[in-house]
Amino acid sequence: MRTSRRARAGQYAALLAYLVFLAFPFLWLISTAFKPARELASLHPTWLPQDPTLDNFRQAFDEQPLLRAAANSLVAALGAAVIAVLIATPMAYVMARHRTRLAKAATGWVVVSQAFPFVLVIIPLFLVLKNLRLIDSVPGLIMVYVVWALPFALWMLVGYVRAVPAEMEEAAAVDGAGKVRTLVSITAPLLAPGIVATALFAFISAWNEFFFALVLLKTPEKQTLPVVLTHFLGAEGVADLGPLAAAAFLATIPSLVVFALIQKRITGGMLAGAVKS
Amino acid sequence: MRTGWLTGLVAGLLIVTGSGCSGDGSGSEDGRITLRFQSLAWQKESVDANKELVREWNAAHPDVEVEYVQGSWDSVHDQLLTSFEGGEAPDIIHDASDDLADFAYGGYLADLSGLLSQRLTSDIPERSWETTTFGDGVYGVPFLQEPRVLIANAEWLKESGVRIPTPEKPWSWDEFRRITDELSGGDGKYGVAWPLKEPVSATLNLSLSTGGQLFHRGADGKVRIRFEEGDEVVPRTIHDQVNTDGSASGSTLGSGGSDTLPGFFGGKYAMVPLGFSYRQQIVQQAPKGFDWQVLPAPAGADGLTQGVSPQTLSVAEDSPHKKEAAAFIDFLLRPDNMVRLARGDWMLPTGSEALRDPALRSEKDGWAVGTALAADLRSAPAQSVRGYPEWKDKVATPAFQEYYSGAIGLGELRRRLVKDGNLVLARYQR
Repeated sequence: MRTSRRARAGQYAALLAYLVFLAFPFLWLISTAFKPARELASLHPTWLPQDPTLDNFRQAFDEQPLLRAAANSLVAALGAAVIAVLIATPMAYVMARHRTRLAKAATGWVVVSQAFPFVLVIIPLFLVLKNLRLIDSVPGLIMVYVVWALPFALWMLVGYVRAVPAEMEEAAAVDGAGKVRTLVSITAPLLAPGIVATALFAFISAWNEFFFALVLLKTPEKQTLPVVLTHFLGAEGVADLGPLAAAAFLATIPSLVVFALIQKRITGGMLAGAVKS
Repeated sequence: MRTGWLTGLVAGLLIVTGSGCSGDGSGSEDGRITLRFQSLAWQKESVDANKELVREWNAAHPDVEVEYVQGSWDSVHDQLLTSFEGGEAPDIIHDASDDLADFAYGGYLADLSGLLSQRLTSDIPERSWETTTFGDGVYGVPFLQEPRVLIANAEWLKESGVRIPTPEKPWSWDEFRRITDELSGGDGKYGVAWPLKEPVSATLNLSLSTGGQLFHRGADGKVRIRFEEGDEVVPRTIHDQVNTDGSASGSTLGSGGSDTLPGFFGGKYAMVPLGFSYRQQIVQQAPKGFDWQVLPAPAGADGLTQGVSPQTLSVAEDSPHKKEAAAFIDFLLRPDNMVRLARGDWMLPTGSEALRDPALRSEKDGWAVGTALAADLRSAPAQSVRGYPEWKDKVATPAFQEYYSGAIGLGELRRRLVKDGNLVLARYQR
């Protein structure tokens, strides 16, 4: 009993250390965002700003169109998440339920495709989008994000579909439900947490993406937040640290909000699935 | 059925985007030309100056409108390469001269030789043009540059009683080593902090002062590396300051320039060798009452000579309006305008007339020391050497890092730079 209590204390300590490790960069970012320039250059940095200021936020908004960039990012990330899920869900269902050679090959290809470096695909992609007249447009960027997110989304969803017992669908069929009815009324609700998690993944990866947005969007009014954030950086990594931290802090908020809104649904859904299986 | 909805989705997206598509950026349906100018200016004063100049140009040239596009130093090479390959590059391109070689040899940039005015061509000295000349063509206009200088804690230097160097009477490298030794207190205080996150360009550029060439082009046109006496002085000084004298902090060797500033402001280091434009950060961040000054980098057998890679303006080969683009560059780089750009970026202009401007000759914030160094700035040694980026990343950076930290000696450094380096360069020169 004593050993078990000690082990549990150790587990909590490890968990706490891990949380601190994860939270440190974010907390430091917040602290930096509120520090005046002279405090940022102090030899003895403090956890909390000694003389907190909103100047960095003022300067960030004054120098760069952060709201417009955030709106562009939001459209791109939401569009990518919705479309990726719409495409990946039926594909994942087929791949999970019909384990043919083709499905296996497709799974293999999905894994391999994750290893492609950006630079390898960007030029052909650029040319394709140019021919489609989709360069310098947010919908064009959404298409790229969908294609980029699709393999991993598919991979995630295949796992979720496999977790839904096929016997439940068979039972529905025995009860007279058609294929579509079964999918809509039985499978889809059980898949909901997986779909939400996948959408969240696609949203966050599109929200944070920098290079495609940098290359594909030319008009300043269409640039996304990660691209605008680099405008606080000079040559050889010199940075306007205060405004950069302020803008970066603001840029993390939408991801946090989206996650906070749907995290209950993810965990709730997972538990529900566990009981049913 | 499945194919149906997918086709519908793609078609839908095409319809949605139909109205949002871009043209080629230079359409002239009404006879009006539009040029896209991608600027990498990032500091507020510099962005403001660029935008203001674009507005002035547009007001004076109703037939040739310039559209300002904010670029970013981060990933600019890949971004430009993709734009060139896709035929969507901006008409006027802001970059650094050490990034131009691949684009120039790749045929992406226009040869500006016959496009620039005599005024601009003669205003910028030949040594600056060398940084953008590749083969027989000129592929960019060098317009801003920054020497490496010593930013010093003025009070510390004054109290120590050491001789304060000037551009006319700089320290020699030996004197510099002796003085940093004299300045360090041994109680966590150092005479100098070298921020050498990027050790190669700093070492090579400063080594020009001691006659270090490292890259030697033979009669066959091929470049070979030789590490001679002139190449040894700067690396040996830094190595000895860190490892023998203890007058330079070893902990800053892996840091960038900005990372050393807190220690500098906190009184840990008497001097920090930094690019000239770092003065802006110092003005912004230094504690109240902190007294600092700009000193010239030490001089060697070749005086104060050092290598630089100036910022440049180029025209895309694909631009249908090269003449107009060159005219805009000419406007942007008129002496008065060059001064505005230089002040915005806290850098030195390349133009001789701009350099004479009283605003850049002021003692305040060290401008006068910088302008006095302008005549000694040369093209960075490795600028036009094909294969340099690979040599730098795979051979030179780790070799210099290990040498400066004391892990290897000068002999091993030489062996790696020369033997391993020539193997790399040979692959690019077959």
